[in-house]
Amino acid sequence: MPTNAPTAAHSLSDVTSSDSTLRRFLHGLPGVDAVGLEARAAALGTRSIKTTAKAYAIDLAISMVDLTTLEGADTPGKVRALGAKAVRPDPTDRTTPATAAVCVYPDMVAVAKEAVAGSGVKVASVATAFPAGRAALEVKLADVKDAVAAGADEIDMVIDRGAFLAGRYLKVYDEIVAVREACGTSARLKVIFETGELSTYDNIRRASWLGMLAGADFIKTSTGKVAVNATPANTLLMLEAVRDFRAQTGIQVGVKPAGGIRTSKDAIKFLVLVNETAGEDWLDNHWFRFGASSLLNDLLMQRQKLATGRYSGPDYVTVD
Amino acid sequence: MSIEKRSSAFEYAPAPESRSIVDIAPSYGLFIDGEFVEAADGRVFKTVSPSTEEVLSEVAQAGAEDVDRAVKAARKAFEKWSALPGSERAKYLFRIARIIQERSRELAVLETLDNGKPIKETRDADLPLVAAHFFYYAGWADKLDHAGFGPSPKPLGVAGQVIPWNFPLLMLAWKIAPALATGNTVVLKPAETTPLSALFFADICRQAGLPKGVVNILPGYGDTGAALVAHPDVNKVAFTGSTAVGKQIARTVAGSRKKLTLELGGKGANIVFDDAPIDQAVEGIVSGIFFNQGQVCCAGSRLLVQESIQDELLDSLKRRLSTLRLGDPLDKNTDIGAINSEEQLARITTLVEQGEAEGAERWSPACELPSSGYWFAPTLFTNVTQAHTVARDEIFGPVLSVLTFRTPDEAVAKANNTPYGLSAGIWTEKGSRILAVANKLRAGVVWSNTFNKFDPTSPFGGYKESGFGREGGRHGLEAYLDV
Amino acid sequence: MSDRLSVLKTYKLYVGGKFPRSESGRVYEVTDHKGKWLANAPQSSRKDARDAVVAARKAFGAWSGATAYNRGQVLYRVAEMLEGRKSQFVHEVADAEGLSKSKAADQVEATIDRWVWYAGWTDKIAQVVGGGNPVAGPFFNLSSPEPTGVVAVLAPQESSFLGLVSVLAPVIATGNTAVLVASEKAPLPALSLGEVLATSDVPGGTVNILSGRTAEIAAPLAAHQDVNAIDLAGADEALAKELEIAAADNLKRVLRPQPVDDWFASPGLDRMTAFLETKTVWHPTGSLGASGSSY
Repeated sequence: MPTNAPTAAHSLSDVTSSDSTLRRFLHGLPGVDAVGLEARAAALGTRSIKTTAKAYAIDLAISMVDLTTLEGADTPGKVRALGAKAVRPDPTDRTTPATAAVCVYPDMVAVAKEAVAGSGVKVASVATAFPAGRAALEVKLADVKDAVAAGADEIDMVIDRGAFLAGRYLKVYDEIVAVREACGTSARLKVIFETGELSTYDNIRRASWLGMLAGADFIKTSTGKVAVNATPANTLLMLEAVRDFRAQTGIQVGVKPAGGIRTSKDAIKFLVLVNETAGEDWLDNHWFRFGASSLLNDLLMQRQKLATGRYSGPDYVTVD
Repeated sequence: MSIEKRSSAFEYAPAPESRSIVDIAPSYGLFIDGEFVEAADGRVFKTVSPSTEEVLSEVAQAGAEDVDRAVKAARKAFEKWSALPGSERAKYLFRIARIIQERSRELAVLETLDNGKPIKETRDADLPLVAAHFFYYAGWADKLDHAGFGPSPKPLGVAGQVIPWNFPLLMLAWKIAPALATGNTVVLKPAETTPLSALFFADICRQAGLPKGVVNILPGYGDTGAALVAHPDVNKVAFTGSTAVGKQIARTVAGSRKKLTLELGGKGANIVFDDAPIDQAVEGIVSGIFFNQGQVCCAGSRLLVQESIQDELLDSLKRRLSTLRLGDPLDKNTDIGAINSEEQLARITTLVEQGEAEGAERWSPACELPSSGYWFAPTLFTNVTQAHTVARDEIFGPVLSVLTFRTPDEAVAKANNTPYGLSAGIWTEKGSRILAVANKLRAGVVWSNTFNKFDPTSPFGGYKESGFGREGGRHGLEAYLDV
Repeated sequence: MSDRLSVLKTYKLYVGGKFPRSESGRVYEVTDHKGKWLANAPQSSRKDARDAVVAARKAFGAWSGATAYNRGQVLYRVAEMLEGRKSQFVHEVADAEGLSKSKAADQVEATIDRWVWYAGWTDKIAQVVGGGNPVAGPFFNLSSPEPTGVVAVLAPQESSFLGLVSVLAPVIATGNTAVLVASEKAPLPALSLGEVLATSDVPGGTVNILSGRTAEIAAPLAAHQDVNAIDLAGADEALAKELEIAAADNLKRVLRPQPVDDWFASPGLDRMTAFLETKTVWHPTGSLGASGSSY
């Protein structure tokens, strides 16, 4: 199965031939009942993951973390520390898996690349005038090319929410296609919808399909920069979308909830969502990621607790 | 370091709820006039855990003489209980509600052991609803003048109540809470396969200081119930159970002054239109027929799906059924527990075999059944028509019959084409279609874009042969008032 | 008094908006309280009862589906039509019940007023007995009364007109259709009422009126699987018990006979609620803005 989908699947290729066909398609997707969706997410949240299953889930979650720093105050020193942490999250326990990636701004890609060199940890870079995405397409593409040139393995782009909410779906689509192209063959593309700004579940489902049609390798909830980021419900909805997209086209797309996932308990709930919605094919860091920073330390403390039987504390994990 | 992928990626380890929270005595008596007593003729019966066939306890079996004793105790208690200011009765009920909340984990585990349903359901559905029901009716006790039944509506007297095994404690709450709030006293017979939670409730009545004789609990079989509803000094009969027994009770009370309410069987239609929110509809279908192993009178046991989306919906549904986890009811991750009794399992099996013999297509997900206990895999029947037995008879098990329709008119006609009329579901994103179809469905509860929701404020009960009278809400008071 | 020979009325049943004779061809003598012959009334058979149920079922969809306002207008129209034929009914009620003209007039006037009372109820009862339920969750939940369906009504034996209308009007005000069995010994006001209903915009089949032996007609009605409810007002204790047992076969809603001292008294709601079902409809609400993406 191809990991990248540079063009829309053949069966859906006519969908994007015009603004009106695209609109008809997106608005023809089944609606989402908010209460039912949230109830399902909450019900899966009551799964009780204990002992061996918990140990497995914690390691899996660690391996799925895109360890992130996206601050105006980021420095090379900060990024190097982050890279070291990603490669070896728990210096006291070498059996701890590395995280999937570090996620930084484009100007920090080179530093990050060096910090994780040879570890298998990827470098992801936000681009396209992150987080607002309010810039000309040329600027956004330059942003992407810059990051790719610096060695980024993955690009986390933001969609034009303004265009989406104004109903200009083809504009959003074309922009994703252009960014996809700018990523070349080396970088995987994550498309951030900023679900908190799309506001309705129907919009999130439409955006998911739009992103997948345009060639996203991952669909991602949020930037982490608005009030509402990843929730179990919006992630469940996106998992349904990738599941259905693969059933229809044969193309598998990954999912990345980002922002607001801080505890092991939360992370395990998301893994249960993956397991019981998209299925085990997605239970792998090639197909599922957590965009997070503080989550990692909680996972590490839980991991220590399972290993030793004692509750751990913040002094026993690194602050980087 | 990367994670080794397991053969089955994410097996949940066993997560059993602790059984030690509940202490089941080796034997229980009848609860009459505030005391646990032996049956007059000394008879007892065993109650078993349907998931393991383990004997949980031995319970006294009430006979006609015990019924008479209990009714006398309730009659004696009625005078003072009905004369209490409503505000005092209210406080007893609030106490009961609170004690139930305090002991809810214990009661949930007990109910799961005696009934076989998953702890997830007893913990998250049954017990919260039980407490809420007492809390709701507690508040009515001193407000009856304002309930719309005229000034100072009077209680009826002694209520004889017979409840089923599918929601033992919840059905008890639905019966006892409104009866006590309105000033009646109660003789209640729990089902023979699930007597324990009612006997624990007797203990809660003692903890709450409820006056003796106000609540009497008589475990027993059908003959105990028959004696209770036939007792000449019973003023009110409330029954939840099968339609056949409901009819027999209606004949028994004919010509008397006993007020009667019946909450009986159903064959609910869950109608899915082509513009439904499909993922939520699938959840609603699953909850509609697999909640409590389908042993629910208002189950959505007939899926009416618009023909144009049949394949898509069935694919989704089958995929979803494959994720259901069947097994130890005490495991917190169990979705499907045990069938309540050997007898019920035999009935389900017979009807399902009949469905196959009549040419319906049977499907179940791959699913290993435990070697002891009473189990039935989640089952779908496709190629079902209105003429099939599985589309007409209440199976009361985890068995869904799938039928198709072409137009809303046809959906309504098929949905209503049953002697029952308890529940129905509608799935569509079009508001006017919901209202039009809901209006035409002959059913007491219509869930649109949801299913199997219950609330103490919301009246529940059937049309046609699903019974009469309503339980819950302001409406539920009427059954216990002389109006 | 002139010597002119008056034209006698042939009393007929009222079924499906038409005025048939009993299919059995039978009639029975109706006399006044002193035993004087008044008329021959049709003596309905079980087949007449069956035909009436078929007519009532056929009419149920349109009558229950009519707007409550429209049903109120129709019921008020009945009152208007009765007002115009008051003297006929005073005469019939006086004969039937052995009342003086003025006493009979009191009965007829109260009867007309009763139609007015129920005409006003059609579009109010739902607000009084239905409403929203504040469920603990994100759901809109509404309980509404709906008519039970086809209701068999055994009219009171003594009060041939006021009693009759007091049991009939609440049944149809709430959207049910009725098969009405007239007072056995005083059926004439009931049969004449059929003529009024036929000219009052009451759709055919909404009310069907049978005369004859109450026990004979009531038995097939109580056992009929397509009758949803039965009002036993006109049955004695033994018959009522027998009918209630038969009614259990399809779990009819049964209104047992209750002693009525005074048909003039305000009727209350009971006779309407006896033949109303409560339907509760749920729908998720969602909650605006609670989590940013919850609708």
